[in-house]
Amino acid sequence: MVRIDAADVVVIGAGIIGAACAEALSAAGLRVLVLDRGAPAGGTTAGGEGNVLVSDKAPGPELDLAVASRRRWPELLESLRGELGDELVQVEWEPKGGLVVATDEDAVGPLRILAEAQREAGVEAVDTTAEAARAMEPHLAEDVHAAVHYPEDAQLQPVLATTALLAAVRARGGEVRGGTEVHGLVLDAAGTVGGVRLGDGTVSCGAVVNACGPWAGHFSVTVGAPIEVLPRRGAVLVTAPLPPVVVRRKVYAADYAAAVATPHVDLQVSAVVESTATGAVLIGSSRQRVGFDESLEVEVLRRLARSAIRLFPVLAGVPVMRTYGGFRPYTPDHLPVIGEDPRFPGLWHASGHEGAGIGLAPATGRLVADLMCGRQPEVDPFRFRVDRPEVIAEVRT
Amino acid sequence: MRVRFEGEEIEVEAGQTVAGVLLSKGIRSWRTTRGADRPRGLFCGIGVCFDCLVRVNGVPDVRACQRVVADGDDIRTQTGVELPS
Repeated sequence: MVRIDAADVVVIGAGIIGAACAEALSAAGLRVLVLDRGAPAGGTTAGGEGNVLVSDKAPGPELDLAVASRRRWPELLESLRGELGDELVQVEWEPKGGLVVATDEDAVGPLRILAEAQREAGVEAVDTTAEAARAMEPHLAEDVHAAVHYPEDAQLQPVLATTALLAAVRARGGEVRGGTEVHGLVLDAAGTVGGVRLGDGTVSCGAVVNACGPWAGHFSVTVGAPIEVLPRRGAVLVTAPLPPVVVRRKVYAADYAAAVATPHVDLQVSAVVESTATGAVLIGSSRQRVGFDESLEVEVLRRLARSAIRLFPVLAGVPVMRTYGGFRPYTPDHLPVIGEDPRFPGLWHASGHEGAGIGLAPATGRLVADLMCGRQPEVDPFRFRVDRPEVIAEVRT
Repeated sequence: MRVRFEGEEIEVEAGQTVAGVLLSKGIRSWRTTRGADRPRGLFCGIGVCFDCLVRVNGVPDVRACQRVVADGDDIRTQTGVELPS
């Protein structure tokens, strides 16, 4: 394998966001080195469910990014298949649609209002009666009140998707190096980034992208450019494989968006249920701000199970094979951080996507590449800028 | 103690697992896979892999390696994935 000692861009973090940035930058003709202190796609990317959702976002900058990204995913996969062949680009892409369900009367109003606003923003959101929802998902609880169907919601296997993006980077002359920690930046007298310091020397480069996910805050402090990105923990239950008819779409409770939006530190649980290509059903979602504490909490698992059974009573008799979890990169204003750091020209950040990084990855990668190459970006980058008051954490240093 | 496997009575000892009973009778496979209809039986033997699934007293997805037999158990093979009824 080629070992690069100088690159146009060094991307730090080989999760889905780092991989998508590296893919877009290498597609623009830049030579990219992707570094990860662990294994590629081994952190947050491996701890989620593979959501590519437009349903869970209110109109605003994140929805704009999500819509652009949802459009981009199938195009990108198609072009990668052309470039790399089918074998390397099998990512279990399923444009299965989403169904958001109001399980109590009070949830119906806010659900309909959100759907109306999303329709005005160009999202396909179909108001659905409880009966129609049960026709779409025959195992759905009988006492749901209403639902909204989002045909554009999709799913993929995030580790496979990341692997495919990184394969493209390698095929274009870039390198992906795991087990490599970055200890600092090499700066010139004017504070411009000229390289990264590794344990065994330096790699010179024209730009560095901090794509460290929930560790982006730590990394930013290490290099003296702090941004406010914090870990938000989540857990997922995995059932034994079930027949594919049991859960057909992404089905989640209408209180999900509220659980995501809350600034609370304590446990939030909102049911998100979907099947995977193996037949196993994934049950999320929980949110806790407990730092990087990985200890297993039975109460969290219990509440996940209960909330899923509320949507699909049949799950009460189904065994859970295992549970896994991870940390979402959380920002105080729930918007990703994408752009160049004005304090250190040449240092870029691409993090803070919280639980939506899989869905938002291709548009994020493209945005970084467009901005770095001086092209007109498809999505307005202003609200994702690094120097917004919620993110620049100089007060905390 | 007696259980039935596919309707046939088998003499068992208290404390045996379903997998232990079936293996002692020379039965190595009691489930088929979802996609390719391939035979499956005991693999990890410690409750982790969920390969040895079997239907016991009408309940599917029971891990044969973990289920200790009870007198009168009705043990059936499982075809692919089955939902609890």
